[in-house]
Amino acid sequence: METPALILVIVVWSSVTLITGYFFYKVLTLPKHPEPDSFHDNDETEN
Amino acid sequence: MSNTTSAGWGSRVGLILAMAGNAVGLGNFLRFPAQAIENGGGAFIIPYIVCFLLMGLPLLFVEWSMGRFGGKYKQHSTPFIFDAMGKAPYWKYFGVFGIFTNIAVAAFYCYLESWALSWAYYSVAGTFTGMSQTEVQAFFQNYIELGTSHPVIFWLICLLMNTWILSRGLSGGVEKVAKIGMPLLILFGLILGITGISLQASPNGAINDGVVGLNYLWNPDFSSIWSFDVWVAAAGQIFFTLSLGMGSIHCYASYLNSKDDVALNAMSAGWMNEFVEVVLGSMIIIPISIGYLGIEAVTDMVSGGSGLGIGFAVLPKLFADWGAFGVVAGLMWFGLLFFAGITSSLAMGTPVMGFLDDNFGIRQSRGAWIFGGIILILGLPCVLSQDAFNEFDYWAGTIALVIFALVEIVLFAWVFGMEKGWAEINAGADIKVPKIFKFIIQYVSPVFLLVVFIGAIPGIVENATKDTSFYGWMARFLLLALFAMICVFVYIASKRNQSSKLY
Repeated sequence: METPALILVIVVWSSVTLITGYFFYKVLTLPKHPEPDSFHDNDETEN
Repeated sequence: MSNTTSAGWGSRVGLILAMAGNAVGLGNFLRFPAQAIENGGGAFIIPYIVCFLLMGLPLLFVEWSMGRFGGKYKQHSTPFIFDAMGKAPYWKYFGVFGIFTNIAVAAFYCYLESWALSWAYYSVAGTFTGMSQTEVQAFFQNYIELGTSHPVIFWLICLLMNTWILSRGLSGGVEKVAKIGMPLLILFGLILGITGISLQASPNGAINDGVVGLNYLWNPDFSSIWSFDVWVAAAGQIFFTLSLGMGSIHCYASYLNSKDDVALNAMSAGWMNEFVEVVLGSMIIIPISIGYLGIEAVTDMVSGGSGLGIGFAVLPKLFADWGAFGVVAGLMWFGLLFFAGITSSLAMGTPVMGFLDDNFGIRQSRGAWIFGGIILILGLPCVLSQDAFNEFDYWAGTIALVIFALVEIVLFAWVFGMEKGWAEINAGADIKVPKIFKFIIQYVSPVFLLVVFIGAIPGIVENATKDTSFYGWMARFLLLALFAMICVFVYIASKRNQSSKLY
């Protein structure tokens, strides 16, 4: 690959992947909001 | 105004996957690489990212916040979300776009989605095995010209699947599909992408390595970023890819509690779409097709910027040459396109169901079948004629989005007020939204959208005045009739429940 294309691919792919991973990781690891929240799945366990 | 058990999300991850699924569509894999090649290769990423930051993310924040705000008043579609925010009686009629666009786009999009379903079937059935490239292209041409009954059969199956899933409600239908479809889509995309870029040229196979295609796609022509057309193309791609200006994001977000986060959710779903488009979308069709056909042939095929020709008329033949893995690759590729399509078309049904439930007390399951019936009627001209398909695509899938987005950002930032709007975005937020976005939403995004709209005016005039076939005229009539009918329903709803007095 030519150098400008290679640099672009590496910079863009790694930035987008890292940012996406960062936000999704935050969603998965943040403590749940106190009930009542918007989601039914945790209703029984929380009540 | 019922909030039935099915009307709500099961989990936060499910909501984000559904929202990302709403955004991820066929365009992520077909349109993005074709647009990049046509608009400066790797340099296209610069206007693309700028548009994402100045228009895409701000509009995501705005649409998520507006949706959650509407949910406080038990409203899940934009006519009465706009009504709640704008107070003046005319805002709800601008909100009509948020129902109109979903119906009109679903009418032709379900047909496109059914192509992916049928091609997945043909891949497994071995239909393309032994066919030459010309024969596969002729097969595709015959299919879209309705030389067989299959397009209609697969379209009806697809429509039935959409309607049935929608009738199961948000958590019972849409969310379940997103939880299965999105991880599979990413997995299939990764497998095909790695296969694409690791392709090796060989005497009886590919004529180029996969990286040749990757290099062609990403090699930047920086002079292109001074072209106005390239910026319009980048803005258009951001619109399509994030499903902005449709009203479906508002609807999904309207089922959130007023204390639940929208900022991190919007970021997470938006960036997930970018990962699928920029990373996975650039790894598959261009590296594989250039590997087998060469740069010149592929450049010709992507002219027009849709990538549909490569996706449906070229890749099946290349996969068929891969032997046993080719069957799996074909299934993964068209399965991936189908998941991308169905998670988007499902999102188009929910605002209609929400509107009927909120204002006419029609249960969501019944609303789903009404939506399916409307799509059956409006989709038929799109199936029968390319002219009708193009009319629906242009007026509903392009122009209506820009008008709606321009109106909603003015409503949010200037009528509802930026101070209140900023408070809405930050209410319950799990991340600190950079304050620069307050300035961008109030000043930059509206100007950006206004420029895009003004840039589209010559095209609007040209398309409105050009002659078309019988089906093209029928499509224009149906679109106008649809818009007028929704306005009438909104008027009746406002009289029925006096909803404006609720706020």
